[in-house]
Amino acid sequence: MRRGDSYAPVFARGARIPPREVTRPPDASDEDDEYGPSVGPYSSRSRLAHTPARGRPPAPPQLLCAPVPTLLDKRLIFVTGKGGVGKSTVATALGLLAARRGLRTVVAELSSQERVQRLFGHKGEHFQEVELAPGLFTISIDPEHAMDEYLRVKIGPLGQALGSSRLFQAFAMATPGMRELLSIGKVWELAQLHRRTRGGGAYDLVIVDSPATGHGVGLLRTPRTFAEIARVGPIAHQGRTIAATIADRDFTGVVAVATPEEMPVNETLSLRDSLEQEQLALDLVVLNALYPVRFDEQEVLELEGALSRSRSRLSRSALRAALSEHARARTQREQRARLSEGVDGRLIELPFVFADHVGPDELEVLVRVLEDRLAMPAKGPR
Amino acid sequence: MSIAELLEGKRICVCAGSGGVGKTTTSAAIALGMAAAGAKVAVVTIDPAKRLANALGVEELDNEPHRVEPERLAVGGLEIRGELWAMMLDPKRTFDELIDRVAPDPARAEEIKANRVYRELSTAVSGSQEFTAIAKLYDLDQEHEFDLLVLDTPPSRNALDFLDAPQRLNSFLEGRTLKALIRPTGLGMRVLGRGATPLLGALRRITGVDLVSDLGTFFGLLEDMTSDFSLRAAQVEKLLKASSTAFVLISSAEQEPIAEAIWFHRTLEHGGLPFAGVVVNRVHHDLLSGSEPEDVRPALRRTLGAELARKVAENFHDYHVLARRDDRNIARLAQDLDGEPLLLVPQLDDDVHDLEGLLRMHRYLFASGKQRERLIADLVA
Repeated sequence: MRRGDSYAPVFARGARIPPREVTRPPDASDEDDEYGPSVGPYSSRSRLAHTPARGRPPAPPQLLCAPVPTLLDKRLIFVTGKGGVGKSTVATALGLLAARRGLRTVVAELSSQERVQRLFGHKGEHFQEVELAPGLFTISIDPEHAMDEYLRVKIGPLGQALGSSRLFQAFAMATPGMRELLSIGKVWELAQLHRRTRGGGAYDLVIVDSPATGHGVGLLRTPRTFAEIARVGPIAHQGRTIAATIADRDFTGVVAVATPEEMPVNETLSLRDSLEQEQLALDLVVLNALYPVRFDEQEVLELEGALSRSRSRLSRSALRAALSEHARARTQREQRARLSEGVDGRLIELPFVFADHVGPDELEVLVRVLEDRLAMPAKGPR
Repeated sequence: MSIAELLEGKRICVCAGSGGVGKTTTSAAIALGMAAAGAKVAVVTIDPAKRLANALGVEELDNEPHRVEPERLAVGGLEIRGELWAMMLDPKRTFDELIDRVAPDPARAEEIKANRVYRELSTAVSGSQEFTAIAKLYDLDQEHEFDLLVLDTPPSRNALDFLDAPQRLNSFLEGRTLKALIRPTGLGMRVLGRGATPLLGALRRITGVDLVSDLGTFFGLLEDMTSDFSLRAAQVEKLLKASSTAFVLISSAEQEPIAEAIWFHRTLEHGGLPFAGVVVNRVHHDLLSGSEPEDVRPALRRTLGAELARKVAENFHDYHVLARRDDRNIARLAQDLDGEPLLLVPQLDDDVHDLEGLLRMHRYLFASGKQRERLIADLVA
């Protein structure tokens, strides 16, 4: 089998190509090396959208000499965070924003829950790229399907036979980390210019709605782990390739979502640390579900006074609710300060949504806020 | 009904639920309350908030339960008649201990622990937390030191991971399928006949020879231990299904966690696992008692002035959007539970991550039906 035909990496050497200022080779895909055709991330992007900066005003001058691509200039974004903080919502809002800027975008879910589809009122479609809005797609990735596809593409009919072998299925799914490797392998495939999936169009941006972090960076580490265990052979190779793609910070970004509460903030800060250990970094923190501050301290005193005097049940309930929310808003501000300090201010805020659930209207609000906040130059060192 | 009634006669309480619903704090509050009621309780937690860990004195990861000094707990005015013990799970260590226990001799145990496949298996890989949490639970149960063990399950988005992951890892450790593939002379090969040869070839092509031989070495080391793993797995399953075990599902009142709780409840029933009830945290109770949020503004205008009254009314309106949402979601859950216990804990003024918070939560969890009604009425008046 010719290397170029395999499931082999397109971006194996992406990490080693100096970003941006390097002129793109005229047709990089003809240039084969041991890992397969080496195509830098920007060259591939320019095939989709003809101007790399895509018509946006140039970034504000930076102290560092290299131009810093903004978040949506990346090609692969992992949205991560503790369970229940709104990762799917943020990933989808980000996707919608990107799609409206003309980027063909896919939001990939790894939890087999099809939350993104349901935000748009779709029923759960499995392992299919579904178009939710103009330019916005989603796919729900599960390791079983990812393995079938991988085997089919990689070793043809034998692979297909292997995939349908129950024994092999059981082995592969039980092998620790294999599920993660297969899932992230599919994510990586989505981010390729030349898609291996039959009929799969190229994407400008892949946003991954990652599983809950726990403490580590498990998913992001998996490819490297496999490369280390397997050392040689296709799995090691695949692992290294994906690891290189993840390590390329111009190509891959990590967004953490947190709510302004003790635990999610802790988790984000420890995520920051474990990313650092992997030579990765947080590109952005989205602080989600921030309560409004409705009352100033003088007003709070008035409310407390009124509560002590009032005897009407309704008035008392309303005053209590106001004071209670204020107390929460205040502790939220403390958590925000702690988080902001921990991430050098690379933080944008989304408001708490007072609604039955997040549907298209609420999503719209979040997209608008996100757009405003992303337009502001990021504070602090990168 | 109070949680104490649900846990009567139980030796194990597994707190399960999707991420971000307050599992860790609920587990701790349950353990605290049961200890207060006179039991010797150990809470096995995965990743407590720092302040909570400090409060319980479990900031060190030494993988054994420590008694929480009664003086620490005395501050809240709750009398602890029993004993509260707490530990923070160290998955790697638990795994090592398991190997020590099942290995035929120390030399073999060391060899396994030095194996590359094992090292990855016991640390980096997802599922190891779930696997070791259950392993630890089983060991603690075997030691018969405690009246009640409360297990806080690992953080995951999908509550079912907790049941799936250990099983997956276990079937890997048993290694039957793999051995069938990699040992051409083994029993597996004979059973499979020639059909396995292309499988083996393909496996080598996909995984690389090194991985296969590393795995081969690993399973070679485990050779005569795999029956111990199977035996343990069977015992653990028996323990989880025992009538002395209680699965308590933890949820918040939002749509997704409630859907998850409903699904998890069905899975437990389906799998024959002992379900005890659901705790729903952060409930926005209806404070209107028949009025409308719009009535607030005129009622408060005289006392607060137009502007402040408007803001209070707006806040109240927003609150009731959430109250109505919670009400609907809880109704959905209640319908699915069909009369099985459902305990509601209201939205508190602060998120719970310290002892004071635990005590506040404890009040609601351990209130009898009557007391609870009073507590809720207090929220209103």
